[in-house]
Amino acid sequence: MAKRIDVSGLNAYYGAHKAIDDISMTIEPRSVTAFIGPSGCGKSTFLRTLNRMHEVTPGGRVEGKVLLDDENLYGAGVDPVAVRRTVGMVFQRPNPFPTMSIFDNVAAGLRLNGKYRKSELKDIVERSLKGANLWNEVKDRLNKPGSGLSGGQQQRLCIARAIAVEPQVLLMDEPCSALDPISTLAIEDLIGELKERFTIVIVTHNMQQAARVSDRTAFFNLAAVGKPGKLIEIDETERIFSNPSVQATEDYISGRFG
Amino acid sequence: MTVATSHRHRKVAEPRPPLALKQSRLPRWTLPVLALVAVGAGCGIGLVAGLDSTVQWGLIAALLFVLATYLLTTAVEGTRQAKDRLATSAVWTAFLLAVVPLASLLWETVARGTKVLDGYFLSHSMGTLPDALPGGGVYHAIIGTLEQVGLATLIAAPLGLLTAIYLVEYGRGRLAKVVTFFVDVMTGIPSIVAGLFVLSVWILILGFGPSGFAGSMALAILMMPVVVRSTEEMLKLVPNELREASLALGVPKWRTILKVVLPTSIGGITTGVMLAIARITGETAPVLLLVWGAKTINNNPFDGAQQSLPLYVFQQWQQGSDASYDRAWAAALVLIAFVMVLNLVARGIARWKAPKAGR
Amino acid sequence: MDYSTSPLSETPPPPPAAASVSGRTVRPGDRIFLGLSRGSGVALLVIMAAIAAFLTYRSVLAISGDKSNFFTTLDWNATGTEPKFGIAVLAFGTVVSSVIAMAIAVPVAVGIALFISHYAPRKLASPLGYVIDLLAAVPSIVYGLWGALFLVPHLSGLYGWLDDYLGWTGIFSYSNGAARSLFTVGILLAIMILPIVTSVSREVFLQVPRMHEEAALALGATRWEVIRMSVLPFGRSGVISASMLGLGRALGETMAVATVLSPSFLISASLLDPGGGTFAQNIASKFSEADTFGQDALIASGLVLFVITLLVNGAARLIIARRKEYSGASS
Repeated sequence: MAKRIDVSGLNAYYGAHKAIDDISMTIEPRSVTAFIGPSGCGKSTFLRTLNRMHEVTPGGRVEGKVLLDDENLYGAGVDPVAVRRTVGMVFQRPNPFPTMSIFDNVAAGLRLNGKYRKSELKDIVERSLKGANLWNEVKDRLNKPGSGLSGGQQQRLCIARAIAVEPQVLLMDEPCSALDPISTLAIEDLIGELKERFTIVIVTHNMQQAARVSDRTAFFNLAAVGKPGKLIEIDETERIFSNPSVQATEDYISGRFG
Repeated sequence: MTVATSHRHRKVAEPRPPLALKQSRLPRWTLPVLALVAVGAGCGIGLVAGLDSTVQWGLIAALLFVLATYLLTTAVEGTRQAKDRLATSAVWTAFLLAVVPLASLLWETVARGTKVLDGYFLSHSMGTLPDALPGGGVYHAIIGTLEQVGLATLIAAPLGLLTAIYLVEYGRGRLAKVVTFFVDVMTGIPSIVAGLFVLSVWILILGFGPSGFAGSMALAILMMPVVVRSTEEMLKLVPNELREASLALGVPKWRTILKVVLPTSIGGITTGVMLAIARITGETAPVLLLVWGAKTINNNPFDGAQQSLPLYVFQQWQQGSDASYDRAWAAALVLIAFVMVLNLVARGIARWKAPKAGR
Repeated sequence: MDYSTSPLSETPPPPPAAASVSGRTVRPGDRIFLGLSRGSGVALLVIMAAIAAFLTYRSVLAISGDKSNFFTTLDWNATGTEPKFGIAVLAFGTVVSSVIAMAIAVPVAVGIALFISHYAPRKLASPLGYVIDLLAAVPSIVYGLWGALFLVPHLSGLYGWLDDYLGWTGIFSYSNGAARSLFTVGILLAIMILPIVTSVSREVFLQVPRMHEEAALALGATRWEVIRMSVLPFGRSGVISASMLGLGRALGETMAVATVLSPSFLISASLLDPGGGTFAQNIASKFSEADTFGQDALIASGLVLFVITLLVNGAARLIIARRKEYSGASS
């Protein structure tokens, strides 16, 4: 189910601007890896290179290798559409399809990928909503529009939608930044459960969150505004937060940072 | 592995071997080759079947191309990709389909319009020239158009502007709702109906004759809702903080509107008014009913029939001689040029005055 | 808009000397300005009311003088002692030509709008949008001139071909001659409203929130599936109102029809053969020879056109209002 990600020599650009510079790292399967760093350091951009979403932004371009187990996502003949099916994504702001019901939102990815019998579809939707800890709250109104839910519920709906297609990897781009503390807690609990089944990568601005949910943490930084972001270090979360090997990481974590 | 997988994999067997990131794809040269073959086949079929119109050849070729790519993609890449291709070709076809007539319209107008368009044409009226003879010009029509459109703007712009100010700055009651609704209704009035209205009041009931001013009134009716709508949009864009800041300084509301709100949005408002002017400049129907058209110069818009550019085009076309067709095309070109310049200037102002953060 | 509770009770801070804080003084400047702007709004209402009243009044004069049924008569003879005229042919022609125009223009316009917003290379997209906006401003008389002198001669070949293969349907039968038919009118109207429908639709498609598109992309949707899942549902009401705007223009278009159509007062199933008429075209071509009563008769037909366009606009607004819940504008 879950896969290892090996990144080597990855550069990403917006037009002529280089957003991230020469990043290499390994992301372990069935674990949570958190990306932290100041704004503009390229952590979200890097996340989006992992399912080839970066190239859909106008001018977006990527160099380097991302191996999913042994297959290069940027290899010749690889279909980005298939990549995005294998590597799911949850966004900063909850984005359920506004014109679809809760049920259809969860089923959306499945319907793209083949024909399912009604009963099968029902099973998967139920399982995914349960997996996202949302089932009990919405089981009576599956046919209502998804945009009627609260922010936290919408975000869990988006997670249910992402896991319904059974991806190998789940990318989360600041999934809690638009949510209140209680919804945040619910999502964090959920992440803890989901890592049994998926490789999870999460970008966060909240260092406590990184410390709470992740097994490994990567710190990104940039030399100056307008310069590309770099990976400073990646290590066990505990070490990063107690005894990082690079001074810049320590400065950032302890708040001694511009 | 949790609850998930066991009974799913039976059904979805084919699309998920361990990891199918690579899917069989058509080589890149396939599409250009298919296009060439389709064009060839289209011409071939056209020739053999003796279809005289090249439009038909093109249609056949396009159809063959779309069909062939769809079938081939289905076979090699699967239905999803094929549907994607089909949509792409459909969208491209729609684009090409539309480009042909619109480009032809512009091309014909320019090509045929430049034939008699010169200084003489712009500075002379038709006078007593018989319609079948070459010569004559549009001077009287240009004068008429400028006067009618100018008068219409004088009526419609202030009324529209003030109405919009009322709706945005003051309007909260029932009256504002009613006005908003009727502005919507007014937007949908066909131009000929506006002409009929002025005809029924001004000419049939009050007994006035045709004049440029009668046409202006109908044009003003068409222009007003456009001005109201665009001004409203612009006023709504002015942030409330600006108004509050001014009011908090003790500036009375009317001066706040005049000195803060309007100057902030003046660029957008000007653009809206100019686009509305461009729009009514091309209106023919009300002018036909109310101004009637004339062959000679009439500088007085308040008395007697006048000419206008769009009406001139129509009447020259009606004459049906080669010389009058030439004049119709030339006048159409003048008209288009006038409208385009108005549009370009208006959009230029919009861009120049736009706040930096625009989309 | 929310910064004052009521325009008249507003109490500005006191100017340097006089006026107490609690005084409910209304400044003359404010009063004049409010009066002017409200007056303009009222003037607009008065104009609308006048339009309705006078058109109805003249129409009643005309219809009561009509010696035959105004709605079913297949003739337009509004002179003499026995005036007989009816709008059946005009209603038929107007509806048919507009329907043809919509059937051609809306799918093509949506296609071009998608092309500009989602398919065309970025360098091409924004100048294209610009050109389309400019084309929307080309006066209809120019379309009419082009239609009469260029389009009509080029269509007879196509019509002959349609007649060969589809002539048996009756609708597509064509006896050689100038292609000055309702179908040609429909095609020309389609070309004419194409820019405006495209322009509005493109605007809507560009406003689809990026996050909805990314949601679909992240699920592994192809470009077409992204459009189907997030762009089209989001833009649907916008496309409907764009189409209605186009339909409104097509219904009321005068010159482009008057130049292209060779009118007759017959309802014929064959749409390719010359004949038929529309409200606006009939008014324009009958006007010059009409006496006062004849003009009243034309006004009556104009009133019917007015009512039809009102109904169309109202319907569009209803459709859009009903779709609000699902429009996504709230989220």
